Amino acid sequence: MSASVATLPLPKAAGVAPRSIRSATTEPAWVKWTLVGIALAFLTFFLFVPLAVVFVEALKKGWDVYLAAIVEPDARSAIQLTLIAAAISVPLNLVFGIAAAWCIAKFEFRGKNLLLTLIDLPFSVSPVIAGLIYVLVFGLQGWFGPWLQAHDLKVIFAVPGIVLATVFITFPFVARELIPPMQAQGTEQEEAARVLGAGGWQIFWRVTLPNVKWALLYGVILCNARAMGEFGAVSVVSGHIRGQTNTMPLHIEILYNEYQFAAAFAVASLLAGLALVTLVLKYWVEQRMKKEAR
Amino acid sequence: MILKRTLLKRHSVLPGFDLALGFTLLYISVIVLIPLSAAFLKTATMTWPAFWEAVSSPRVVASYRLTFGASFAAALVNAFFGLIVAWVLVRYQFPFKRLVDALVDLPFALPTAVAGIALTALYAGNGWIGQFLPFKVSFTPLGVFVALTFIGLPFVVRTVQPVLEDLHREVEEAAATLGANRWQTFVKVIFPILTPALLTGFALAFARALGEYGSVIFIAGNMPMVSEITPLLIITKLEQCDYQGATAIACVMLVAAFILLLGINGLQAWARRRQGR
Repeated sequence: MSASVATLPLPKAAGVAPRSIRSATTEPAWVKWTLVGIALAFLTFFLFVPLAVVFVEALKKGWDVYLAAIVEPDARSAIQLTLIAAAISVPLNLVFGIAAAWCIAKFEFRGKNLLLTLIDLPFSVSPVIAGLIYVLVFGLQGWFGPWLQAHDLKVIFAVPGIVLATVFITFPFVARELIPPMQAQGTEQEEAARVLGAGGWQIFWRVTLPNVKWALLYGVILCNARAMGEFGAVSVVSGHIRGQTNTMPLHIEILYNEYQFAAAFAVASLLAGLALVTLVLKYWVEQRMKKEAR
Repeated sequence: MILKRTLLKRHSVLPGFDLALGFTLLYISVIVLIPLSAAFLKTATMTWPAFWEAVSSPRVVASYRLTFGASFAAALVNAFFGLIVAWVLVRYQFPFKRLVDALVDLPFALPTAVAGIALTALYAGNGWIGQFLPFKVSFTPLGVFVALTFIGLPFVVRTVQPVLEDLHREVEEAAATLGANRWQTFVKVIFPILTPALLTGFALAFARALGEYGSVIFIAGNMPMVSEITPLLIITKLEQCDYQGATAIACVMLVAAFILLLGINGLQAWARRRQGR
């Protein structure tokens, strides 16, 4: 053993600048830069270039084509529907996330682990299957299909189906972000508030919520990004009726399949922009959370 | 009140348990459990031979092979490069590091349809990257692999990164004083600590890739028997109004996904125990 200790890098001569002395827990510079190079090359091919190509292709034919593709009526109605679907599904999942986090983080009850697994379930279900199950329930040949038809209500191939599929896909986001910090917080502060005479809602608004507001915002940001970008599940239930049941991702698909590449990438660039805004907000919220944890 | 009396293990002075749990259970049932059960109940109405026929015809089996094979390969590539990316982000300083770190999450945030058309354009024969490659990527099974690699990229990085950050320098210093060189320290000390997180990341990337649809259909070319993934086959059957056939295949995929979910839960419990020590 003593022989190998002797081979540890030691300062060779007094003339060597202290910076070149490598500690025993770092790697030689060539290893470092090789690894950095491999990592950046991998990310470039699979991440940076795909992101860049969206914007380049979108503007390939100039601003006029770009703007025309976005303000065209079908595109406008797709944007509108995407916003509507997100505006309904995000608040629903927000309320659910708060309710689920409240009982899971603040109480000890039987079946808690089962409930946690159930909340995660939609993450492991393929988007296509998420769409399929709603077709099985609300479709013409489904459980409620005949009843819905008799009452002249449409769920599948209509806006309610799109909203339902989006709700399913984005179901766990808020709950998952809220549960860990609320669990870490414990129940002492809430109990103290209770002893001092606060009611349930007062405890929630004045004690619990201020403690987890960043985690809540984080969950909402992720939930919203997924809600606006969902493709597979929405594709199954939408029926692709132009100007009526097309969301932005579906509109992109139609344009692309019609070889209107510039227009497809123009609409795609809006969603890519949304993704970038999401990442910036996410980064900002993470910094705030780190700051408050200190 | 019934929920509180039967389920609560310990009395609590905090209010709202009944309301919160009641709403949670109702919402989960309506949105997730009842619709999911529809898939299994629909399949249960099929006879066994019809079910077997639906889930094991050559075209379906070819789609399983492609979906599972490409997902596995993509998760493997992500495990390897993800480990390097996580290492580089935690241990080294280099220009634009924070930007790179933030962009790793892009596949979570970028809608899959956008990723699909971008990758197709890039790796097509006349694309920025495709024109330099001696083989075809877009519209072949290799394209499926590329799309699934993109989709699964953040998982390994984001599961390994926190473990690496928490790793105590003392452990490595101890290894060095005992005479290990850097490579030995990595293989025998650091890597075993990272293993549970690495496996979890791999499994998460694999599970995500299995169900992926949006990014793949653009780049795959979707030729039956060659580059057709299972989720697409489900949609094809649906469009032909073969609801039973579509649901039967969906059940096979759901069972595979649930088994993976159990495996991932087990891995995460293992990782927590490892870290707790």
